[in-house]
Amino acid sequence: MSHFLGDWHSLLVLVIAGFLPNEVWRMLGLWLGGGVDEGSELLVWVRAVATAILAGVIAQILVMPPGALASVPDWLRYAAVAAGFGAFILTRRSIFVGVVGGEVVMLAGKWWLG
Amino acid sequence: MAGLPLACLTQAGFASVMHGTTHLIRLPVPLPPLDSPSWQSPLRAFAWGVRSVASTVLTLVLFATYLGIGALAHDTHFSLGWVLASTALVWAGPAQIILISTLGSGATVVQATIAVTVSAIRLFPMVVSVLPMMRTPRTKRRHLVLVTHFIAVTLWVECFRLLPQVPRERRIAFTHGLGTGLVSVCLVANAIGYSLAANLPQLFAAAVLLLTPLAFLLSTARNCRQLADILALVLGLALFPLAATLNTGLDILISGVSAGTIAYGVHWWRTRE
Repeated sequence: MSHFLGDWHSLLVLVIAGFLPNEVWRMLGLWLGGGVDEGSELLVWVRAVATAILAGVIAQILVMPPGALASVPDWLRYAAVAAGFGAFILTRRSIFVGVVGGEVVMLAGKWWLG
Repeated sequence: MAGLPLACLTQAGFASVMHGTTHLIRLPVPLPPLDSPSWQSPLRAFAWGVRSVASTVLTLVLFATYLGIGALAHDTHFSLGWVLASTALVWAGPAQIILISTLGSGATVVQATIAVTVSAIRLFPMVVSVLPMMRTPRTKRRHLVLVTHFIAVTLWVECFRLLPQVPRERRIAFTHGLGTGLVSVCLVANAIGYSLAANLPQLFAAAVLLLTPLAFLLSTARNCRQLADILALVLGLALFPLAATLNTGLDILISGVSAGTIAYGVHWWRTRE
């Protein structure tokens, strides 16, 4: 048990820093969402902020890459995402082609760098 | 040989090639028509939800992402049970990546909590926008608790695509099935990633970590309907590096709220014209 789950301290950290921060926003949406009109101006602002925060999460992973992604040079990470986005636009918004295109550029770049 | 390029030039030839690709990209698991008797039992609606996991390319992206999260957890010395519990409890890829990498790099619990809380704000409007699709006059709030827990980027995108094909009174059962299916796929991926971590080449790990920003960027871009959404996405990407130089630990919140508010301001100004 203790080997599988780790100590109680790390599980407590998971609940405090992982579970609660996410669940609070979800349950707040459930609690308050009933009164929000789908076409309201408030929801336009909330959605714009949510999209911009998601963009921030994307930028954070690219600018301050975690783990093995840090072994890919900055310019190559940005080029791969730009190429994936280009492929996505050219194929009339195919997520599959965009993701595969971005990955191929990153792998090709790493192979080329040796 | 000469016939092949010619065939591709004709519209029918192109359509047949494209048709072939769509099959590869989106495996068709057609849902039964709205009036079919197979929607009469909630259990079968749940089963259709589970089966729909196979109908989207995002499942593959999730599988690879959670393979990566399993490997990342192994490399930062978390236990297998811990990472499985994090997938079941947190159920948000970027939050798990941020949590594992900040804790692994020696940040305090307070810093990790702030970083995850800020990244999770996006879940609020997702819940607010998706739940009206599932409510019926008889739905109680407690019936929606598990559905609300399952809401993350993938389920949000798939609900908008699939729920119109599901009778309203079976949508909660269907979404329970879809959520259970996706979480199960990710738990399996975690376990595989965790056990393979020591043998995974670094290049593979890097490729898997690149999946999250790529898939998030593209699925958000596909969901952009109004000028405010597009501006928010572009400004949010551009302002983050600026906010990060302030070094407050609240970078994402600062760049997100300012970019979102500017985007909304432009939208408000244009609709007044």
